[in-house]
Amino acid sequence: MSVFLDHASTTTLREESKAALLRALEETGNPSSVHSSGQLVRSILEDARDQIAKAINCNRSEVIFLSGGTEADNHAIKGIYWQQIAKDPNRNIIITAATEHHALLDPAIWLEANQGAKVHYLRVESDGMVNLNSLQEFLTENHRRVALISLMTVNNETGVITDIQKVSEIAKPFGIPVHSDAVAAFGHVPIDFASSGLAAMSISGHKVGAPIGIGALIVRRDMKPESLLHGGGQERALRSGTMNFASAAAFAAAATASLADMDSREEKLGKLRDELENKVLELIPEAIVTTKGANRVPHNAHLIFPNTQSDSLLFLLDQQGISVSSGSACQAGVLGPSHVLIGMGIEENLAKACIRVTLGHTTTAADIDAFIAAIGPAVSGAIKAQALQN
Amino acid sequence: MRVLAAMSGGVDSAVAAARAIDMGHEVVGVHLALSRMPGTLRTGSRGCCTIEDSMDAQRAANKLGIPYYVWDFSERFKIDVVDDFVAEYKAGRTPNPCMRCNERIKFAALLEKGLALGFDAVCTGHYASIEEDAEGNLELHRSLAMAKDQSYVLGVLNREQLSHSLFPLGATASKDLVRKEAQDRGLTVANKPDSYDICFIPEGDTRDWLKDFVPTDPGRIVDLDGKELGEHDGHVGFTIGQRKGLRIGTPAKDGKPRYVLDIRPKTNEVVVGPEAALEITQLAGSRYSWCGKAPENLDDFFDCEVQVRAHGDTVEAQAAVVDGELVINLKTPFYGVATGQTAVLYLGTRVLGQTTIDRTQSAVTLSV
Repeated sequence: MSVFLDHASTTTLREESKAALLRALEETGNPSSVHSSGQLVRSILEDARDQIAKAINCNRSEVIFLSGGTEADNHAIKGIYWQQIAKDPNRNIIITAATEHHALLDPAIWLEANQGAKVHYLRVESDGMVNLNSLQEFLTENHRRVALISLMTVNNETGVITDIQKVSEIAKPFGIPVHSDAVAAFGHVPIDFASSGLAAMSISGHKVGAPIGIGALIVRRDMKPESLLHGGGQERALRSGTMNFASAAAFAAAATASLADMDSREEKLGKLRDELENKVLELIPEAIVTTKGANRVPHNAHLIFPNTQSDSLLFLLDQQGISVSSGSACQAGVLGPSHVLIGMGIEENLAKACIRVTLGHTTTAADIDAFIAAIGPAVSGAIKAQALQN
Repeated sequence: MRVLAAMSGGVDSAVAAARAIDMGHEVVGVHLALSRMPGTLRTGSRGCCTIEDSMDAQRAANKLGIPYYVWDFSERFKIDVVDDFVAEYKAGRTPNPCMRCNERIKFAALLEKGLALGFDAVCTGHYASIEEDAEGNLELHRSLAMAKDQSYVLGVLNREQLSHSLFPLGATASKDLVRKEAQDRGLTVANKPDSYDICFIPEGDTRDWLKDFVPTDPGRIVDLDGKELGEHDGHVGFTIGQRKGLRIGTPAKDGKPRYVLDIRPKTNEVVVGPEAALEITQLAGSRYSWCGKAPENLDDFFDCEVQVRAHGDTVEAQAAVVDGELVINLKTPFYGVATGQTAVLYLGTRVLGQTTIDRTQSAVTLSV
């Protein structure tokens, strides 16, 4: 038995996406070629662009296809920073929060270490909500030195939603561009790029049921971030490289399907999530629902089990066939304390004792039952293991 | 049994895990994350701390078809091994961090966690054998492959730890056979180079690495009579028996080379003298343990052999517990033994026990 409750890491491929991919793979051609074969695959790519533009309500020319969320975030942070600093060398501050994804934090930190940028981290409350009053205060004082603001729409670990509309409204009088990593939001909460006031937004295919390796940076028409990849000048000259039309088609199909059932799915998953959290608290009263009370997405349950360690919990659940995570999947497989929880001011012992349970389009009530049956023994085993370590 | 196979990413631990599976055990692979800041790629002869090593271990586990996890012991490792290593050097001793790692991490923290999570034993790729005597007592023995024998660094294991340990490589005649077996099993680590340096010292230069942790105050280099012969830029990192790098201008009266005889952290002095003064005839330490059943009548001196370095020579000796100290009288002297090193007692191929050396006695008296 295998129960997959880690849909925020990646979700099951949607049938529509698989079909679109296989269909597109039948064709031979480079979308940049002038001949008919090239034109055929170009039209597949442009159909995909239309679908994504519709799904996110933006202009079709604002959709820049690339490899995924990490590339989109890198492109946004570095590209906009370089654009801004070229216009005004005093604008070297990047405003963000310590709870952002590493795909965003690390480019900002890299700019700070190598290119004279300064990173300013906004205050994050203990329930994971970014304190936007502190943004207002900081901008009032320092707006002439700010290059850009980047805050994620939905936090990938905790599921907490940031009011991006409000961020844009605060930034607008100062003319500061705002980017948002919407990788964990797209397909789960309504997104309207046109009215968001955002300069750029990152989205990724495999979080909505497309294959891994395709995503997009939505870039407002008046923005011209510096390019990370130079070459053939594809994708508005922002992202050179032969365009991955088949994956784009798969992405568009998954996005369309994901939006079509979004409301009913999230409602269903919200009920299952609430049931899961309530049963966990009944079984293990010491457990903590990390973001209780915060505005958060319905398919994410973020739980802390005091006196345990995530790696023991993950191991004991995996041994019972249940896949969950402790936060974002890490390359080395080493589970340090979650930087997101540390950023929320949660103490290290608790930050090391969390698991993230994320539901998706294939999740059933039976999956939740299986989790509930497994969590009790897993927590008691992990407590025993932890007691010996101290 | 449910067996936790500690997999470093090297060939030995991969083959050990494979053999544990062949024995019919239910095996789960685990890689110990010992550094919070792992390097990306393995460089030189470092052992087990890079992401590449962790990936190699995972690849081997996948190939063997067993589940694989990374467990973070970096905090315990820092306190019990790295900090201890630094503190020992600060105190003028020469520690063996691999021994500490076995004592406190692999066969303590890892084993305890494994037992708590429902495992019965830890399996490693160490070259050593566990055997049973006529009464069913477990004994640790040297491996058949003498060139690779690692029973010395396992001398710290006690009876309880032995009963939860599995060393499937002990009866193999050579490392080449292990590599060949890895090749036959399709393990990509079959030809991975051996590791032999201290895993947490990237460049393999202990003295240079220690500079970041220990102040390097200049001090005096003196002879046995206390006469100043030169200056050093910090006593840490000198080793008993060291001959090179002393930078003493004046030669000894007899024209013979001088060696480090003693390190005195309190006065920040390094004492040098003739080779004869390195001759050690007695070792003693209060931090001793028995590997399996302890010898009877510990108060009476009993015959044994002793080894003070991994892969070092063994000499005949007599040992007994005197006033809470394990005292070892050597029948043939050792040259250049430092406090902090571990003396492991053997009886033939069997490991009897060990002590960390607190003091040594030379045939030539050192003036203090």
